[in-house]
Amino acid sequence: MIALLTKYAAKLAASGLCAPGDVLLAALDDELAWSIAGDPRQPLMQEIFAGLNISALLLARPAGAYQGVMAELARQALETGPTDGWASITPGDCETRTFLHDLPVVDGLSAQGVIQALRQRKGCVVLHEGVAHVAAFGTVSPEQAYVTFSSMCFACFVAYFAEHLRTQRTGQLTPEHRSSFKRIAALLPPDRADLPDLLPGPFATEDAAREAIIQAGRHTVEYGLVDSYFGNISYRLPINGSDTILISQTGSSLDELGACIDPCRMDGSSCAGITASSEYSAHKAVYEGVSARAILHGHPRFSVILSLDCERLDCPKLGECHRACDTPRSVGDGTDASAGLHIPIVPGEVGTGPFGLCNTLPPALIGTKGGRRGAIVYGHGLFTLGAVDFRNAFATLMDVEHFCRAEYFRRVAELERWPRQAPGCR
Amino acid sequence: MHGQSMYGWTGRILRVDLSTGAQDVLRLPEAVYHAFLGGKGLGGYLLRDFATLPPGHPDLPLVIACGPLTATIAPTSGRCHLTTRSPLTGAVADSSAGGRLGTELARAGWDAVVITGRAKRPTGLEIDNDAVRLVDASALAGQDTIEVFARLRQRRKGGSIAATGPAADTGCLFASLIVDTHHAAGRCGLGRVAGLKNLKYLAVRGTGRRKVADLAGLKAAREDILRLTAASPVLLGQHGFSCFGTGSIFDLMDSRRMMPTDNFARTRFPGAEHLNAHAYKTRYLPRRHGCQGCHILCKKIAADGRSMPEFETMSHFTALIGNTDLELVLAANDLCNRLGLDTISAGSTLACFREITGQELTGERVLDLLQGMGTGQGPGAELGAELARGSAKYAASKGRPELSMSVKGLELPAYDPRGAYGMALAYATSARGGCHLRAYPISHEILRKPVATDRFSFSGKARIVKIAEDTNAAVDSLIACKFLFFAASLEEYARAYTAVTGVSATAQDLLLIGERIDFQERLMNARNGFSAIDDDLPQRFFNEPGTSGPGLPIPPVPRQDFLACRAAYYRIRGLTPEGLPTRETTERLGLPWPPELESA
Repeated sequence: MIALLTKYAAKLAASGLCAPGDVLLAALDDELAWSIAGDPRQPLMQEIFAGLNISALLLARPAGAYQGVMAELARQALETGPTDGWASITPGDCETRTFLHDLPVVDGLSAQGVIQALRQRKGCVVLHEGVAHVAAFGTVSPEQAYVTFSSMCFACFVAYFAEHLRTQRTGQLTPEHRSSFKRIAALLPPDRADLPDLLPGPFATEDAAREAIIQAGRHTVEYGLVDSYFGNISYRLPINGSDTILISQTGSSLDELGACIDPCRMDGSSCAGITASSEYSAHKAVYEGVSARAILHGHPRFSVILSLDCERLDCPKLGECHRACDTPRSVGDGTDASAGLHIPIVPGEVGTGPFGLCNTLPPALIGTKGGRRGAIVYGHGLFTLGAVDFRNAFATLMDVEHFCRAEYFRRVAELERWPRQAPGCR
Repeated sequence: MHGQSMYGWTGRILRVDLSTGAQDVLRLPEAVYHAFLGGKGLGGYLLRDFATLPPGHPDLPLVIACGPLTATIAPTSGRCHLTTRSPLTGAVADSSAGGRLGTELARAGWDAVVITGRAKRPTGLEIDNDAVRLVDASALAGQDTIEVFARLRQRRKGGSIAATGPAADTGCLFASLIVDTHHAAGRCGLGRVAGLKNLKYLAVRGTGRRKVADLAGLKAAREDILRLTAASPVLLGQHGFSCFGTGSIFDLMDSRRMMPTDNFARTRFPGAEHLNAHAYKTRYLPRRHGCQGCHILCKKIAADGRSMPEFETMSHFTALIGNTDLELVLAANDLCNRLGLDTISAGSTLACFREITGQELTGERVLDLLQGMGTGQGPGAELGAELARGSAKYAASKGRPELSMSVKGLELPAYDPRGAYGMALAYATSARGGCHLRAYPISHEILRKPVATDRFSFSGKARIVKIAEDTNAAVDSLIACKFLFFAASLEEYARAYTAVTGVSATAQDLLLIGERIDFQERLMNARNGFSAIDDDLPQRFFNEPGTSGPGLPIPPVPRQDFLACRAAYYRIRGLTPEGLPTRETTERLGLPWPPELESA
């Protein structure tokens, strides 16, 4: 168990979400096990364990820009006060809407405060002496706490930057907003420009395809284009004469795909893919419509943030954009450096429901003759295609994210110069 | 009266004594509902004072209870839960039942029906809202369930019907109750308890509505739950339950080498790839069907009207008994439903017989023996009557008790524990015996929900199993379908519960209630003599390996690790090292301490 605890603590540090040593993970079977022996936070954690029927608990202090956005959002939430019995942050991204719902905020680090919040939700933000901490639990594995923490960081990051732009558009930005934005934006790491040396395709054998999937998945996480637990990836090839999609399993970590790739026959003659990604239906529909052999799905932050930015502040469907937006929207359609991206933004929820992205993403990617390079699902992430391998798919993922990050700050700057004038995605 | 002002519950429990025909309305304090919710919890509460009575005793109640969510828009809440003492195992017997029974009972204004006594002749209990009557059902005696449903439907349109088949009357200890033709309260011999009471059927029709405290809150909770199910590949994915039924797990069990084969002697069945859900779908062109209030629609009905087999039936009537004929599986499943036989116990008992005798089971022989088990008639009558006592009693009578693949006398479902160690512990600790549903570790060990765990490790599994048992006890009491919890969690259902009842509760509150409900069952089992010796697996799993594959060894379950994990489970659950309840835990959970456990 200790190996599991130290593994996830190390992954959080490696991803830049926490500084090494700032995360404490514990697991309780009939005895407690810790990721760090003798940590001074242990008595507090023990008290929290005593108040909850759980098997794993994480307490961590986010680092860098994540610390900045979480502390700022928590401060705002505490100022606003309780909306549903407690102060909370309510990000609008897909992962939060689906899995986390909202994020309770606790004023001051105390066992009772954390217990009360974790009785409501899987994780909470604690604002203690101006510093944001996160507490999250699991009932099955420390991995749940790790996933919740990771999701909360992503959700708050997206929520903060998206809200800033929205507030700018409504002309309600205060000097305090501007000041904190400037401080947080300065914490962002620089864009990474180098491309990884991915395996060239096409891949004729299952083993070769698996190797390429594992490699591309690992690099997608390493480049910060998705948090470990999210995203998915697939490759289409014939296996034993059967047209097959190799696809990452549901809840797998893209940087640890190893044995977590399911072979799914296109003819549906086996259900072994019941553990395949929840986006399998979308992948399959895309393969049926274009000649691509590789699909890569990440959650690059500024691509998601830009998908949330819209000029139509009086739209009657406001609040339902994630599933009801019927306005054709895209990024990268301009005549400047973005020319050639042509990345549509479509609504769609996770999976296969009536508003599922399995209904919206395939037509967006199939698009015109030959298909598009990629498409963004509103508030969710970016799907990209590769003709024979993952090199183009990965490059598109990076190109779009680079463009979206630059475009985001261009809009912020333009709105500073010309309030309410900067165009959003359309 | 406490209940009339309540939301969610009606506060009315119908009691019917079949011996005298007497009926009355039991009204419990509101606090009882808050402490036990409904369904399984309420059933246990109503059973516990009578839990040591033998299954044939007229005073032993058969409880059918719905939950506070039943008949509301909370997803998959249209179920009910049946509770009594098992004639097969002597332990607590309970089973969740789908169809429309729970919904109709709730709409009729009842939280539960408690049936005691023994009618002089086969009897039907008919409930139409407040009107309750006993009906002479002598004409239905000996009829199979399809015939019973057909005849009753001629005069009763709408509503729900639960009926026994001939197996309940002829003494089969694993007789089931069939609900609305295609659903079953299958396990533990609940149908036999009905048979011992001469209760042939229960028909319920209700026209009322559940009072909901906060409809907007319930709609919001419902939306959260539906969004999670849409994101679940197991439930709504292209290979999942909605498209293929529960049989969609079949391929996974094959690839993971944990398909019980030849009475669990092996864990891989050659040719299984031709017996999967896709093969059934191609051949029988099933349509989707589901329980009231469910959008998953995992039940499948063949184009010819027969119920399609569930996963356990698919597996036990092929790999476990050495059969490769799909049509035999359909025919056996259909016959079990008609006769009112639990397919898991029936299949496993046949496999036990096959191993002990060395006799191969032809299709004709399988059907003859099922007919014998269920009716005591036909070419398989004599042997069938022996097998109708279940594999444990049959194997013991042949001097081979180790070949009954059961826990506490209840036959194991189709997940070999050598391929999932949490499942191994959960089989052992399940209060009703060999059951996969009490902790359902398959969720994380195989289906990766909420996250994947190492299926070949006991690390952390003691607490995982304990929390999961508490969770599922709450789920069976609210009520919801456990399949939904491959996607949603008590976090979302706590919102639904609060919205329906107006009682503020979090997931942690529901977990505590689930712990109380689970512990209540352990108290009843302890009073009936169950202890650690019964919380164990057949020795085969510790002594014999499964069928290993390339890079996938399936060794025996490590005995010492299992025992250490079980000991940890006892500590976490608040039991003694002998697996018995402690007074301290009993009192902490607000349960009465049974005097007969005083020496424990």
